Amino acid sequence: MPDINELQDFATQVRRDILRQVHKVNSGHPGGSLGCTEFFTALYQEVMEHNTNFNMDGKDEDLFFLSNGHISPVFYSVLARSGYFPVEELNTFRLIDSRLQGHPTTHEGLPGIRIASGSLGQGMSVALGAAQTKKLNKDKHIIYTLHGDGELQEGQNWEAIMYASGNKVDNIVSTIDLNGQQIDGSTETVLPLGNLKAKFEAFGWDVMEIEDGNDLQQVIDGLKEAKTRTGKGKPVCILMNTVMGHGVDFMMHTHAWHGKAPNDEQLETGLSQNPETLGDY
Amino acid sequence: MKEYKNTGSKDTRSGFGAGLTELGKTNENVVALCADLTGSLKMDDFKENHPERFFQVGIAEANMIGMAAGMTIGGKIPFTGTFANFSTGRVYDQIRQSVAYSGKNVKICASHAGVTLGEDGATHQILEDLGLMKMLPGMTVINTCDFNQTKAATLAISEHNGPVYLRFGRPKVANFTPEDQKFEIGKAVKLYEGSDVTIIATGHLVWEAIQAAVELNEKGISAEVINIHTIKPLDEEAIIASAKKTGCVVTAEEHNFLGGLGESVARTLAENHPTPQEFVATQDTFGESGTPAQLMDKYGLNAAAIIKATEKVLKRK
Repeated sequence: MPDINELQDFATQVRRDILRQVHKVNSGHPGGSLGCTEFFTALYQEVMEHNTNFNMDGKDEDLFFLSNGHISPVFYSVLARSGYFPVEELNTFRLIDSRLQGHPTTHEGLPGIRIASGSLGQGMSVALGAAQTKKLNKDKHIIYTLHGDGELQEGQNWEAIMYASGNKVDNIVSTIDLNGQQIDGSTETVLPLGNLKAKFEAFGWDVMEIEDGNDLQQVIDGLKEAKTRTGKGKPVCILMNTVMGHGVDFMMHTHAWHGKAPNDEQLETGLSQNPETLGDY
Repeated sequence: MKEYKNTGSKDTRSGFGAGLTELGKTNENVVALCADLTGSLKMDDFKENHPERFFQVGIAEANMIGMAAGMTIGGKIPFTGTFANFSTGRVYDQIRQSVAYSGKNVKICASHAGVTLGEDGATHQILEDLGLMKMLPGMTVINTCDFNQTKAATLAISEHNGPVYLRFGRPKVANFTPEDQKFEIGKAVKLYEGSDVTIIATGHLVWEAIQAAVELNEKGISAEVINIHTIKPLDEEAIIASAKKTGCVVTAEEHNFLGGLGESVARTLAENHPTPQEFVATQDTFGESGTPAQLMDKYGLNAAAIIKATEKVLKRK
């Protein structure tokens, strides 16, 4: 099992991959990707039991569903560097004929992806279905999901949240990326989310928090803690505080880099703040 | 002329329920999801016999479609059940992204389609669903005509790997197709050979087409009648061959003329063998409350309407 320094190096390399992917095609979503780098690193490198020999059915392994599909750059980087497909393929992000579509899809057969996402609010329902199938198959593995905080404005989430507790779907750990930002501004100004902890608890979930979702050790500990809370009759929610754009100083604490690529100069600045560790693709 | 006998009127939704009951016994991977309409969809028997494989999602269709997509991951074959309106328009984006684009093996089973839903009125009488579903890449679209065919279709789609929209209805209608029929997705069923006109009908309009053909025969008009249960993929070969033989076509469906069977047939013929065609369908309108028979009459969806359309198209030959 890698030590924390190795995992930090992994995360730093992932940040470089994110910046280079979106810079090359002058499009994509770096802000949320950078903010969730520790989460993906912890999940795929430390927490999940998963097979890199990809099989759509995913029997006898933990599964992950990304609901806020626009943060595909971090997902692609971590999947590639976890062995799902060649790292060089990150060069094809958003290009014609690529398996690395703007938003993740099963359509082009990219290993590691089990559902298309991008149109927001659908991931939790899909994950609940997969969780129920795991139960029917007597498979004790866990379903992990990630959702944006702004994404919770989509009503389908609340249908799913209500279903999960009402039906004791307790083999799911859903993490909410609380970065407080969305395209048009802060979540507070666009449509306030209110007290999410109270809301999830009122809907019958076991809710825990990760105070700093950009502290790798905290994320690892939090995800491991969440896993111990599964199987106890309640779905588990992690409210994870992150900073959008984390790791690149000029991208932090603003919604401006939600869906905007850096120019050449900005790329160099961003990369200089994240020195190469595992080797660029 | 062959006589098609009604062996006892039944609702097509009960054919779905009977098919699902059988699948419950024969295929342990079949699971069913319902959005608070178990009785209306005739899913009670499956629910009772296989409670562990029945998922009541409440009045939350978007969540139901997403869950169904997720349940395929791990090998289940989900059948979702609600009214046609809530199976399509209400959840179009969920079907588009999580089912069709993701290529999931979900069977979207939709009852109470069209105006024959009756008294509940236009809020529930969807006449646009075939169009919505046939536009989705990879989606198979089926509209069955009677109890036996609906049961056979329900069994057949469980064997087909890919998303399917299965459309059926509420009222009791004539049950006339064979009980032991083999349902072949994408294969038209010829009910009458004819030489003057081709009537291509789907769903509840198939029985009406038979009645129309009998009356036309008495008037000396030989109608070929095709029961086209699969709207997509369309049996283009059967349609082109028949149009070449008769030289004119009437399509009949309980759906808007925009986006339905008629347009698919017209496109096929325009590309391959341009042929005069008349459309028995609703004319870009919503429905309203009334009895099924009253509504079929008012909106021109019965044997009389098919005969009228035939007489018109014959003059265009």
